[in-house]
Amino acid sequence: MELMNNNLWRVKVGLAEMLKGGVIMDVTNAEQAKIAEDAGACAVMALERVPSDIRKEGGVARMAAPRVIREIMDVVSIPVMAKVRIGHFAEAQVLEALEVDYIDESEVLTPADEEHHVWKHGFKVPFVCGARNLGEALRRIAEGAAMVRTKGEAGSGNIVEAVRHMRAIVGQMKRLTRLGEEELVHEAKELGAPFELVAWVAKNGKLPVPNFSAGGIATPADAALVMQLGAEAVFVGSGIFKSSDPAQRARAIVQATTHYHDAKVVLAASEELGEAMKGLDVRQIDEKDLLQTRGW
Amino acid sequence: MLDRLGVAHRYVRRPGDLDGLAGIILPGGESTTHLKVMTEEGLFGALQQFAANGGAFFGTCAGAILLAREVHGPAQASLGLLDISIRRNAYGRQLASDVHTGATKLRPEPLEMVFIRAPIIESVGEGIEVLAEEGGHAVLVRQGRILAATFHPELSDDPAVHEHFLKLAAQ
Repeated sequence: MELMNNNLWRVKVGLAEMLKGGVIMDVTNAEQAKIAEDAGACAVMALERVPSDIRKEGGVARMAAPRVIREIMDVVSIPVMAKVRIGHFAEAQVLEALEVDYIDESEVLTPADEEHHVWKHGFKVPFVCGARNLGEALRRIAEGAAMVRTKGEAGSGNIVEAVRHMRAIVGQMKRLTRLGEEELVHEAKELGAPFELVAWVAKNGKLPVPNFSAGGIATPADAALVMQLGAEAVFVGSGIFKSSDPAQRARAIVQATTHYHDAKVVLAASEELGEAMKGLDVRQIDEKDLLQTRGW
Repeated sequence: MLDRLGVAHRYVRRPGDLDGLAGIILPGGESTTHLKVMTEEGLFGALQQFAANGGAFFGTCAGAILLAREVHGPAQASLGLLDISIRRNAYGRQLASDVHTGATKLRPEPLEMVFIRAPIIESVGEGIEVLAEEGGHAVLVRQGRILAATFHPELSDDPAVHEHFLKLAAQ
């Protein structure tokens, strides 16, 4: 836990703390970034193509072009995040040199390393990583992720996987709090996570970093759902800019996330919205086309 | 922090939530986002009324921006309750976020200050008492029952700034 007991770690987690209760939106250019900021996004995620297009068009998905990221940084005053391929520490070095505010080591892009993730403690810029369960979340935190998000199934417009992953993480944490100390070593082995982090979660009942939700949020009610299941903020990818009226949908999802416990506000936010993105039945997606299974 | 200090508190999302409160904390986050919610929920006017009725305020980072008389970088609306001019993200981006330790007028011992994408107070009016400075800029200021910090006291273990605010709110 030595690596998590210093000022750099605290300001990394500190920025994630400041994003709690907010919505982070995927954007592919400056114009979309402005729409997101005007709608009340607490941060934007710069990427080359939104996940549903990556899914459709195929090919290798990489870090966005620095020029586009810089244009986005110039046009908004909120934090700008950008994605790197899993294990691609050189892309991360480029983004750090560009001075983005957060790096997402993301399964949405084509992995660069099928065994190792980036050693995130080696960077000054904070990282967020996806996870499907507690073991994966704690492995990423061990590597230095200062924020965890569920993976869900990006670009599907289908909330089922984000729900599965949030329930898994929250459920496994609850279970840990009931175990005796002598059971935690075995549990660490089962989870494939460092004992110190497992013991920390068992004692505190939560992750040592903020826990957000991503991957399939397309409607205000989707956002309210994951927030009630324990997410502390939401990432919305294709859900906004693949809908018929992005500005209005962005606004509606921000409102529903702020007032997730108040069904009347979620109702008001849901009314008179145009078409949501079409979405995919996750069971119809081929195993090889799933994005969530990337990451180790 | 408020739990630790044993103070009754609640989240304020709507004007009605302000009823019966002695003070309000405007937290960190993104001031543009907060401004949006405040305007839509009618909180903007309600908070100004709360101040007019003598309610105490404590703004941290984005909260300090919302309290300021004047905001730059870029210019944006604010409650205008505190006679300071403030510049957003003035140290730079997240890479410039850092933890400092410095002197304050709250007590003889130094105070830890966590700065995250922090604003800089560029000038203060006559009625402002500067309680702490860092790098030549005021970072903790008070005007009557309004307190503002450009850093995040809630991210430190030290309750000194919160305790000071509770004293103001109890007056």
